[in-house]
Amino acid sequence: MRTLFAAISGGLFGTGLMLSGMTDTRKVQGWLDVFGNWDPTLAFVMGGAILPMAVAWALTRDRSPLLGGSFPAAPDPRLGHNLVVGSVLFGMGWGLVGLCPGPAMASLSYGGPSVWIFTLAMLGGMLLAPGVRTRLDVMASAA
Amino acid sequence: MPMDWIYGLAGGLLIGLAAAVFLLANGRIMGASGIIGGLVDGTGRSNAAERLAFLGGLVGVPMVIALLMGFVPDGAVTANPLLLGAAGLLVGVGTRLANGCTSGHGVCGISRLSLRGIVATCFYIAAGGLTVVLFRHVLGVI
Repeated sequence: MRTLFAAISGGLFGTGLMLSGMTDTRKVQGWLDVFGNWDPTLAFVMGGAILPMAVAWALTRDRSPLLGGSFPAAPDPRLGHNLVVGSVLFGMGWGLVGLCPGPAMASLSYGGPSVWIFTLAMLGGMLLAPGVRTRLDVMASAA
Repeated sequence: MPMDWIYGLAGGLLIGLAAAVFLLANGRIMGASGIIGGLVDGTGRSNAAERLAFLGGLVGVPMVIALLMGFVPDGAVTANPLLLGAAGLLVGVGTRLANGCTSGHGVCGISRLSLRGIVATCFYIAAGGLTVVLFRHVLGVI
């Protein structure tokens, strides 16, 4: 059952990404390009996605997940250097090509070889991340 | 195009529904980079089946839709391998360091008013905006 619901969620996610236009890198770069021909679509996507999720978070109160286990703990209030450095690096990569992890996976089948090259590099980056995190932690504790 | 925001809103609602299903049924946060990253570095081995099933839906359902609708790559994504490689590396390292991307921090974090999600989203949108301005309007390479 857990895998079935996970697959349903993944399928809905992919369909939503496709329908919303977020697998079109022009629309994503258009949203980031405030000095060019600005494209507001991403704001509607984000707004549309946050609405049902806000309801879902409200429904988690005093309940447990349908398939057992427990809901995620309350968000950690600590920010930290990894959150900031990581988000800046992610944003740079996102801006360069217009792809983030979800849309890259959703468009693997129809985005052409470019999406594959991006995805392979992304997987490589994910492999390198623990080492980078260790170095950043050493630098942060020395500073 | 004037209709784009309607597709954006409808697609966004589906994305939020997907995240709601993953949360309310499986009790998990739907973060694309976390689901993939846990498989890559082995930290998600204990629930690998759930992660693989999610990715199967995420890759497979758009594939079926693309086949049915006769989608062809329209060349929107750059073909420059240097840009693709650099961007992929940055996204891979960055999302794992920050513990989340647009779906985890953006959709799931902001909707529960998580400070980390809000701060992360501000930083990656600002960094993305500056990158597009620099590489498009100053250097002219994208």
